[in-house]
Amino acid sequence: MDTVFGIQFKGGVVLAADQSNARSILVYQNNLDKVKQLSSHSAMGVSGPNADLVNFTEYIAKNLALYELANDGTKLSTKAQANFCRNELAVALRKGPYQVNLLLGGYDEKEMTGSLYFLDYMASLQKVPYGSQGYASSFCLSIMDKEYKEGLSESDALLIVEHSIKEIATRFLINQPNFMIKIIDKDGVRVHSFGADPAET
Amino acid sequence: MSILEYNGAAMIAMAGKDCVGIAADRRLGIQAQTVSTDFTKVFKMNDTIHVGLGGLATDVQTLHNILKFRMGLYELREEREMTPQVFSHLLSTLLYEKRFGPYFVEPIVAGLDAKTNKPFLSSMDLIGAPVQTKDFVVSGTCTGNLYGMCETLYKPDLEPDALFETLAQALLASVDRDALSGWGGVVHIITKDGVTTRELKGRQD
Repeated sequence: MDTVFGIQFKGGVVLAADQSNARSILVYQNNLDKVKQLSSHSAMGVSGPNADLVNFTEYIAKNLALYELANDGTKLSTKAQANFCRNELAVALRKGPYQVNLLLGGYDEKEMTGSLYFLDYMASLQKVPYGSQGYASSFCLSIMDKEYKEGLSESDALLIVEHSIKEIATRFLINQPNFMIKIIDKDGVRVHSFGADPAET
Repeated sequence: MSILEYNGAAMIAMAGKDCVGIAADRRLGIQAQTVSTDFTKVFKMNDTIHVGLGGLATDVQTLHNILKFRMGLYELREEREMTPQVFSHLLSTLLYEKRFGPYFVEPIVAGLDAKTNKPFLSSMDLIGAPVQTKDFVVSGTCTGNLYGMCETLYKPDLEPDALFETLAQALLASVDRDALSGWGGVVHIITKDGVTTRELKGRQD
């Protein structure tokens, strides 16, 4: 039921996800942050059960931090982080799978570009210019296919995000009133906007 | 839907005169939905061996990593390059080791014997049952179409350029009638002088 989507723009990536925490017919919470920061310049939008969301993202984030500590501050590129996630998912797949579908976005200093990776729960990895997970795909992908242009600006990417959220609000059966939008660029990961403050208990 | 048809794939490897070609489509789907149109399914293992991995995308990527690792180990220990026959056998053994919990991949191997320049083709099922042929091997979600096209268009001892045309036409015509494969193609032609890679643009649906 989660909606997660992301778009790469010139100089970064924007990730958006709905903020509902629900199971069956009950909504537990409507200010959940599903775009989890992994490192200084990367984050992933996660779709799936809350248990796997939290456990998987924390496991990856802490392992990335450990790598930096153990390797004299060397940061892993977005591609390396995505492949690390893929490997963890692939190993867990035939033991006790993490049922998380991800969109991993990051900014690399060396290339001065953002990159976005589609990673499904079975560990199929693909670098994409834009993508979405879940039912959102049925509504958003066509919009992004039409409106995305290579090298588009941050503001244009945010327009597409707004357009997609509007479409979901109009046509998707499940009511998702709040969306968390984060931007990753040379300055790191920052919150662009949210529907409801995750810090409010 | 069968697990082998979850992501979609189509690939052919064909033998020519002192050359071998391998072609595959570019679609990555999740059942009916297309996720990407530049997914790589054919991998260069060394100058003389290419492997096409068709099936569940996660296992395609896992198997590619395992094969890269095993080739590297072999080259370190043996201090020589792996031959296509050895590679094919390694792949077969790897797959059978998972006999009761298999990788959902049905690979095809295309290689050139380094000394004789004779083509090598093999394919296997998901548990590693190998088949070696002299003409062509196919794999994917539209094998019926692929077999029909190859049987019709194949001629023995084709030169590299003619082999490319044959592979391209056989692949494109086959994937056009299959919903799960297509969205472009890539063809690699391997000769003793190197590998030529060309992208195909077909029906984008």
